[in-house]
Amino acid sequence: MMSSEFFTTWFLPGIWITVQVTVCAAALGAVIAFGTGLARGSRLWIVRFVAGAYFEVFRGMSALVLMFWMFFALPLFGWQLEPLWAGVSALGLTYGAYGSEIVRGSLAAVPAAQKEAGIALDFTRWQRLRLIELPQAWPEMMPPFNNLLIELLKGTALVSVITVADMTFAGNLLRLGTNETTPVYTLLLVLYFVLAFVITRGMRMLERRAKAGIGERPEKRGGVGTKSGGVGTKPGGVGARSGARGESLPAGPRSVGGGR
Amino acid sequence: MNWDWNVVDDFMPRFWDGVLVTLQALAVGSLIAFALGLVWALAQRSARVWVRWPVVAVTEFIRNTPLLVQLFFLFYVVPNFGPSMSPLTTGIVGLGLHYSTYTAEVYRAGIDGVPAGQWEAATALSLSRGRTWRVVILPQAVRRVVPPLGNYVIAMLKDSPMIATIGAFDMLGEAQTFSNETFTTEALTVVGVAFIVIAYPASLLIRALERRLVR
Repeated sequence: MMSSEFFTTWFLPGIWITVQVTVCAAALGAVIAFGTGLARGSRLWIVRFVAGAYFEVFRGMSALVLMFWMFFALPLFGWQLEPLWAGVSALGLTYGAYGSEIVRGSLAAVPAAQKEAGIALDFTRWQRLRLIELPQAWPEMMPPFNNLLIELLKGTALVSVITVADMTFAGNLLRLGTNETTPVYTLLLVLYFVLAFVITRGMRMLERRAKAGIGERPEKRGGVGTKSGGVGTKPGGVGARSGARGESLPAGPRSVGGGR
Repeated sequence: MNWDWNVVDDFMPRFWDGVLVTLQALAVGSLIAFALGLVWALAQRSARVWVRWPVVAVTEFIRNTPLLVQLFFLFYVVPNFGPSMSPLTTGIVGLGLHYSTYTAEVYRAGIDGVPAGQWEAATALSLSRGRTWRVVILPQAVRRVVPPLGNYVIAMLKDSPMIATIGAFDMLGEAQTFSNETFTTEALTVVGVAFIVIAYPASLLIRALERRLVR
């Protein structure tokens, strides 16, 4: 079993690094998701095209390969990144691309009459977005964002292969040092599960608040753990095209295949 | 920036070996995921609590923990108790197991999506349980299920390089060893581009399939 010294020098900081990577990558991903998601609804075709190309490229890319590439190949192009930041950017770029689909989908799902009302009131585009569309789309984004955050948390384990000392890295060190594998890896799995559980609880709370903010009642959801209502969606599904609404619905004909 | 096409040429034979291994892992992994997912989905619908509950707990646990750590678990921990498997086999089992928890949800939603009237009609015609499933429910569930299953195959493709971390020689594994031997990085770029080249047409294909199957 692991010594207490090992625990305090590697494992606890490892947990902290995992949390840090998750938070930083989520922040970067959120910025990218909103930027790209909004750009994909732009009136200018060139903006739409660039954002769409970004989405297609990074959705087709494997996060691990991207991370390796940023860590090993990017320095040769004259750009040296710290391992931690290489990991964070790779995760942020990939999951941001998935997130842009959620943003685009839930904005598109706001009833057209709402936008027309905004036009009738002579709101500018920016005012319409900020005061009418986003507040209504926001609660719809919560459940799919929750799924995405959990995928991101799981993705953070990848940074251990580019030498970032997260908790998976600590686990591997211990394996190399002591050949004890059963307790460490079991503990790791449980820790990730607990973190995922915490994220889900937090997102549920956010969703309840967001719904209350626009005068909606949160839908009742049963189930254990992190199912969060809909199909346990993996991001980047092409089926997710139709957007957030279809994914967040509880099991039903629409939640499969994303919709039409 | 220094890009050397000769390095790329040298890498190509190994690259194709890697592509083969990746596709092999993907094919077998998908088969495991499809089959096991159906087992989970049916078990989750079981009337017996002691069947349903453990299955729900296990699938939730597998879905919410990283594939990478699961691979390490399968590769380093499982041999302490049970069979020890080659890196590639472990990788395939890991991929299949991880994604079976996603496909289980797809099946569940697909089966739930069949209107209740279909079940009632089957009862009214006094079809047996097996016949109800075989000729009424599953054929209708399948067309809802195929596009999302295809999406998970693509997602699995993107997660497949993880099996390189336990020593399998898929595309990434080949690129890594090649880069380490020659102190170059072109191989990694080639593999990165290859992923996009494989994944993008595949996703177009599934979009087309989705338009045809789901009306």
